[in-house]
Amino acid sequence: MTATNEPPVARRDRPEPTFRGTPPFPDAARAALADRQLRANLGRATTTIRTKRAAVVAERADWEELRLAGAAIKDAVLHDLPALLERLERAVTTAGGVVHWARDAAEANAIVAGIAHAAGATEIVKVKSMATQEIELNEALRLEGIDVWETDLAEMIVQLGHDLPSHILVPAIHRNRSEIRDIFIDEMGQVGRPAPAGLTDAPPELAEAARLHLREKFLRARVAVSGANFAVAETGTVVVVESEGNGRMCLTLPETLITVMGIEKLVPTWRDLEVFLQLLPRSATAERMNPYTSMWTGVTPGDGPQAFHLILLDNGRTDTLSDPTGRQALRCIRCSACLNVCPVYERTGGRAYGSVYPGPIGAILTPQLRGIAKHPVDKQTASLPFASSLCGACFDVCPVRIDIPEVLVHLRGQVVRQSEAGHRLPGREAVAFGTAAWTFRSPRRLGLAERAAGIGGRILGPRGMLRRIPGPGPIRGWFRARDLRAPARESFRAWWRRTGGGEGDRR
Amino acid sequence: MRIALFVACYNDALFPEVGQAVVRLLRRLGHDVEFPAEQTCCGQMHFNSGYQDACIPLVGRFADVFAGFDAVVTPSGSCASMVRRYHPVVAALDAARADPTLPERVDAVGPHVYELSELLVDVLGVVDVGARFPHTVAFHPTCHSTRLLGVGDRPTRLLAAVDGVTVIDLPRSASCCGFGGTFAVKNADTSVAMGLDKVDDVVASGAEVLTAGDTSCLMHIGGLLSRGRSPVRVMHLAEILASTGVET
Repeated sequence: MTATNEPPVARRDRPEPTFRGTPPFPDAARAALADRQLRANLGRATTTIRTKRAAVVAERADWEELRLAGAAIKDAVLHDLPALLERLERAVTTAGGVVHWARDAAEANAIVAGIAHAAGATEIVKVKSMATQEIELNEALRLEGIDVWETDLAEMIVQLGHDLPSHILVPAIHRNRSEIRDIFIDEMGQVGRPAPAGLTDAPPELAEAARLHLREKFLRARVAVSGANFAVAETGTVVVVESEGNGRMCLTLPETLITVMGIEKLVPTWRDLEVFLQLLPRSATAERMNPYTSMWTGVTPGDGPQAFHLILLDNGRTDTLSDPTGRQALRCIRCSACLNVCPVYERTGGRAYGSVYPGPIGAILTPQLRGIAKHPVDKQTASLPFASSLCGACFDVCPVRIDIPEVLVHLRGQVVRQSEAGHRLPGREAVAFGTAAWTFRSPRRLGLAERAAGIGGRILGPRGMLRRIPGPGPIRGWFRARDLRAPARESFRAWWRRTGGGEGDRR
Repeated sequence: MRIALFVACYNDALFPEVGQAVVRLLRRLGHDVEFPAEQTCCGQMHFNSGYQDACIPLVGRFADVFAGFDAVVTPSGSCASMVRRYHPVVAALDAARADPTLPERVDAVGPHVYELSELLVDVLGVVDVGARFPHTVAFHPTCHSTRLLGVGDRPTRLLAAVDGVTVIDLPRSASCCGFGGTFAVKNADTSVAMGLDKVDDVVASGAEVLTAGDTSCLMHIGGLLSRGRSPVRVMHLAEILASTGVET
């Protein structure tokens, strides 16, 4: 390939947006809830996908057995992770690949940049990948003078729109067709082939515009970066599961392929893929079979990339593994089923979570990857385990049976303990909970508190419903949109004592 | 059979009529019910809010107060699920090691704890409780009663057998109402957004009464209905099952 015949690469002049600076969840959610277009887009999309998922899952009489098998295989991997990773390394190396180990985002990004520089690349095409979003690879490479082109349609929409993803699988779920058309018209010409003249928001036209825009990037790129859905320790085979075929273009056309993979993405044997290639498509896109499943083992002379680098990324995963309750989050296969059924996600969207991992899984994965097991975390991170009503819909649909509510509650405990350890005096909330616990430890104190509340209730709400009562923020939060039944004049326990359990009520 | 009532702390203080309805209903069915006065709270609010060590004494108190009963009935799917699913978790906390007998005491009482519809259908073997309630009713299947306890169609079978009632199915009925305990105040805006969608479904259904097996969810939805000046009333399922058509 000769550089002189290539069209000049249009460098992006704006910095890549990041999730840094996202406010704590309640505040970020408030802003999202006010966006009516976002609520409408999300409500429509999540309703459609969860209805379809429920239908294809119901087709399988053995779905619960598949879930148990998926959880068991992943647990076995986590139990034996060091040995399996070394086995993978040997298999990949034997097949002609190079394996790198990265402790954190900075190490992983530096390894990718080094390989790209050595290959003389000034641009990279990318397969959709959560791990590279997690380490903010695009921004790191841009600082190294390397342009990164997202080639997954939805990721491309997000990138062209100088936007952030809001869903694991459908990163532009918050956009509708006409918004996408506008982004294509405004932005494609800035970084390559412009959108065709007269582009409408008809899906075939939008897809064709994307195809034409991406085609020249596929044909020109020398280096591709991918993530991995699975890697087989036994054979060294890496698996990427996608729906568009754009990933396969990246995986086969460039001379050099770099795969960044979280260390938990392993399965022990080839045969284990059987379980996940059934669980994943039905959970993720409600498809019975995945459209484009690419598998490769090292390099094959004369066919596809001739250099293959596998970067094994820790970035908080061994910290997560150290927590017996929290580690089940590492079973996650990034299907997004939990997002699509989550009543909170459906209303706030993904960006309120301030992480590439939004929704219920993000609420338990992000704090752990950010090290909550080892040290106190920032306020935004600490708000995530509380971003759930604990309704449990996520656990019901999880293909690897991650008990997300259990982990949420567990992480809430860590947040509270870290907060208590970080303050010499207990905060207002800790005092309130401490007082409540002290009251509940004694039926006599509880009875007195109920009597006091009953008297207070009569003063504040003579007609039985309170419209507001004085108090701090959380109490005002209740009364902003809700009334509250006034405490009873006579509590149940007082009634029981007075009437002997209402013996007179016998009928 | 010795049956104890665990009334749940918020029913005790805010909604005593729910506990009274359970007592009335069980007596009408020919069963006596005891109210151990030493009971307080199952500890769920503390557990779910991250104050897990604080609920160790509450879990121990629950196990001791309700030891020895054949059945412990509670008009709350949420509290029943806390006892059955999470009291063993609390008993296994590091901080609970000071009380080495706790896991054993917790395991002894847990299997005897029933949400009201479970007690009626599974233990007492009754579906038609002889109630009369000539009103149009929508039923909200609460998250903890369905997903954690698995009460299934027990509440709706009980409701359908009530004389005179018209039961309306809500669209998206399995969707959470947004209460979620302290979620309702910590994430008040999201909680209200979820609740208002539920309110829209309830109002559009034409129901006169919204019922459920958990007063906590009804307190939230009812608070929104009241603020919106809706004529729809909220009632615990126990109140409908205890009704003989005379009171209302």
